[in-house]
Amino acid sequence: MLDLIISTVTQGFIYALLSFGIYITYKILDFPDLTVDGSFPLGAAVTAVLLLKGVNPYLTLLAAAVVGAIAGFVTGFIHVRLKVRDLLAGIITMTALFSINLQIAGSNLSIERGIDTIFTSPVAMTLLGSATLLVRKLIISLIILIICKVLLDLYFKTKSGYLLKAVGDNSTLVTTLAKDMGRVKIIGLVISNALVALSGAVVCHEQRSFSSTMGTGQMVFGLATVIIGTTIFRNLSFVKGTTAVIVGSVLYKICIQIAINLGLPANLLKLITAVLFLIILVIGNFHKGTVRKNAGA
Amino acid sequence: MLELKNISKIYNPGTVTEMCLFEDFNLKVRDGEFISVVGSNGSGKTSMLNIICGSIPINGGEVLINGKNINRLKEHKRYEQMGRVYQNPALGTCPDMTILENMSIADNKGKPFGLGFALNKKRYEFYREQLSSLGLGLEDKMNIKLGSLSGGQRQAVALLMATMTPLEFLILDEHTAALDPHTADIIMELTDKVVREKKLTAIMVTHNLRYAVEYGDRLLMMDRGHIILDKSGEEKANATIDDILDIFNRISIECGN
Repeated sequence: MLDLIISTVTQGFIYALLSFGIYITYKILDFPDLTVDGSFPLGAAVTAVLLLKGVNPYLTLLAAAVVGAIAGFVTGFIHVRLKVRDLLAGIITMTALFSINLQIAGSNLSIERGIDTIFTSPVAMTLLGSATLLVRKLIISLIILIICKVLLDLYFKTKSGYLLKAVGDNSTLVTTLAKDMGRVKIIGLVISNALVALSGAVVCHEQRSFSSTMGTGQMVFGLATVIIGTTIFRNLSFVKGTTAVIVGSVLYKICIQIAINLGLPANLLKLITAVLFLIILVIGNFHKGTVRKNAGA
Repeated sequence: MLELKNISKIYNPGTVTEMCLFEDFNLKVRDGEFISVVGSNGSGKTSMLNIICGSIPINGGEVLINGKNINRLKEHKRYEQMGRVYQNPALGTCPDMTILENMSIADNKGKPFGLGFALNKKRYEFYREQLSSLGLGLEDKMNIKLGSLSGGQRQAVALLMATMTPLEFLILDEHTAALDPHTADIIMELTDKVVREKKLTAIMVTHNLRYAVEYGDRLLMMDRGHIILDKSGEEKANATIDDILDIFNRISIECGN
């Protein structure tokens, strides 16, 4: 039972990276970014291939983040410079990525026991060798999560971070500040998808596998966690958005785990996800009160 | 000097709703002038401002600043030397950010928005000073979100933000229209003060004939894409609301209003 709790919380931590990405696009930029369903497995595909080639496991995380950033840039470019609607720009990249991921990986991949992952590498073993694999996964995921959270929180305090918030809040103002709001949007999408791909990479390390369909529904998952998190801490303004999102992600994974333990067939998982998401959205709407409007933007 | 030369603007070209607003429209704005623009709805006042700022494309003609053609200059680039305050107080500020955060981004206009920390403690006193000059008590509310302020307060902050950094031109697009008469007076006083102090070249579109007569040193009246009245200097100083209203009524009757 304890093992199950640990592994569920670990899942929550790993997927919280993805939620950070969605937090940036959905909550800050007000951009429904479907690229996520493609950039998440992209991170995993790149990681799997590099691991099988014998690349240092920690470097694979970096590589995944970089390719994720490129995917985000492509969506941003399509939307901002080619003037395609936000939702469609994401769908285009996502669809293209499905093929690209298969090109990169060749097929579904599994990483055999002999290859070290971030959880079993010599560095991890010297530092946390006494712990079981399950606990090591928990701790290492938490470390990665905290690093990303601190970096993001710092970023949100920079001028660039303020501009990002301003674009989602009132893009007209950004234009009158003599800044190209399109560029700011692209920066947001780049950071977001880098985080999403990083999440995919860590999942690949954790499961020792890549599957071409692992991205399906990740966008909805991320949205749900962001909405759960920010709704819970709605009235506590001192709780940072990133913290709220981590709580949302862990809670969500726990809910799903409970549902499975209660005997929910795995085939129904996506259906339950969709229903859960709908419920969360409706509750979120009730609490929203006023609809945010960027008139004239 | 800002100049609009032979501007033509056609809305929905090639469709049944095609509407030619400007045909060979010309305007010269001298440096340091404070122009108030009046006119009925649809006369082209806001379109003129949008053409100056590059918010809408034109079908012909030239927009010149100091003799240099800026037709191809993107909207956000033009704002490097322009500030703009909109009719809707929500457009000039970020509602989800605090007053302090809003002031900070406005203060950074013209500089790169890089990875340095956005809040600069050294400027804190300056922001307080600026806010207290509004006389609205906002200097003690620096950490509350802009969205929780009233329209008048927001507009006051928006005006501060638009004029915080060095500028040449200030574009005021019916910026008092959404405010109650008392608040509108305060904002108008403030606008006049800022324009004088910073020696800005300002173009103010307004529906308030009293403001148009009392403030500024040149008065334009527009009707269906033409400037039908252009008073400056002595002539403007001696103009009364009744004179202007008289002409205004005459064109309105012609329009069938």
